[in-house]
Amino acid sequence: MATNGTHTNGGEETGTFKLKAGLAQMLKGGVIMDVVTADHAKIAEDAGACAVMALERVPADIRAQGGVARMSDPDMIESIMKSVSIPVMAKARIGHFVEAQILEAMGIDYIDESEVLTPADEENHINKHKFKIPFVCGCRNLGEALRRVSEGAAMIRTKGEAGTGDVVEAVRHARTVMGEIRRLTSMDEDELFTYAKNIQAPFALVKETAELGRLPVVNFAAGGVATPADAALMMQLGVDGVFVGSGIFKSGDPAKRAKAIVEAVTHFNDPAILLSVSRNLGEAMVGINVTTMPEGDKIAQRGW
Amino acid sequence: MKIGVLALQGAFIEHEKMLRTLGVEPVEVRLPSDLEGLDGLIIPGGESTTIGKLAVTYGLVEPLRQFAQTTPTWGTCAGMIFLAKDIGIDRQPILGLMDITVNRNAFGRQVDSFETDLPITVLDDVPFHMVFIRAPVVTGASDGVEILAKLTDGRIIAVQQGHLLATAFHPELTDDTRLHRYFLELVKSYSKKLA
Repeated sequence: MATNGTHTNGGEETGTFKLKAGLAQMLKGGVIMDVVTADHAKIAEDAGACAVMALERVPADIRAQGGVARMSDPDMIESIMKSVSIPVMAKARIGHFVEAQILEAMGIDYIDESEVLTPADEENHINKHKFKIPFVCGCRNLGEALRRVSEGAAMIRTKGEAGTGDVVEAVRHARTVMGEIRRLTSMDEDELFTYAKNIQAPFALVKETAELGRLPVVNFAAGGVATPADAALMMQLGVDGVFVGSGIFKSGDPAKRAKAIVEAVTHFNDPAILLSVSRNLGEAMVGINVTTMPEGDKIAQRGW
Repeated sequence: MKIGVLALQGAFIEHEKMLRTLGVEPVEVRLPSDLEGLDGLIIPGGESTTIGKLAVTYGLVEPLRQFAQTTPTWGTCAGMIFLAKDIGIDRQPILGLMDITVNRNAFGRQVDSFETDLPITVLDDVPFHMVFIRAPVVTGASDGVEILAKLTDGRIIAVQQGHLLATAFHPELTDDTRLHRYFLELVKSYSKKLA
């Protein structure tokens, strides 16, 4: 195996960064839903999800039950892979490269190196360049996003605060990243050097971001999206798509809510459609107010 | 020239960028009314199940079918699936306009996605850099379908049937504008024919 994860076979190359980032490009404008069973996965696919995240417990339950949250059982993930034709993602703990190796051996489509699970390494993230499988990672700001890209992440998601159903942190993180990029685009090169140093990100990626006027990889929102309006809000703030974790299967009518959120992401700029898909969705997940939550309970601060 | 890009889900912005570099301002198509006055349409890559479901919910399937019956339309990856007559499963909505059989996810999962360089018959001799992401393949084509490109093992990856074009790979993920230019020429020659 080549050390950078790239393989060449008779003129055909696999595992390249273009292919990793390219799959994320195909997911844009879509909704990726957390599912814990094959039945959930089918409901998500039928509702129009562009991918599913297979895991044993949704973040709201991880919060409620406590304990160490680890990679899910491969059998459970495989049963979901067999049940749908859309891409299937799964989570590995931050820094736990062996969990990632196991997920790669299963042929999962995307790995989420996720703060929702209990971190395995409090200093280092996974060296994602070593894998053929693409990774998505969370961020709260531009520096964190570009550090993950430099480690090989082919997709970024703003973290929000998973398992709360409160969109406030997702908004904070998306506004932070977008605001920092807007400031970058007005700097000259001299200032970019200092900015890169200050946000602890590689200069080349800072420069590329400034030139593109956006992150060099696809950027979804995550962590607290519970309604079609939440999803459209994140899209209007400039993200490329939305992850919905607990918000769907912790609500009164998951199938209906899932479909409504998918439609809200496509038609995020059309208030008449947003109005119609927001009607009669049944109960939203109860949720936790992040502002009154003890600091120690917040999981977005995991990741370095 | 007005070219639409189906913008329900997927890599529509990449196609729009390609069109802009060629001097064409694209129109995003999300609702049937967006098709009015278009000279051509691109159906991008994305998740074909998602695109199909959104097309059904917003009443786009029949208007898209009528549009593409008479107007140049190009499908890439998921778009190729959408244009095909036969995809081996009934529960996924398709336009069913091209006389081809398409196998979805023909190469396997993401780990089997690949890049390669191969010639395309209707372009010059320079090989085209092709990016295949969980790509489909054409497993059968009727006589009226022209085969534009094949993998080295003979599997069909680009076809044209009159004003309809389909590719299993993603030219919009490269800097090579030749296929986009080819499609724009197709649109031009077709609108001349009508005029």
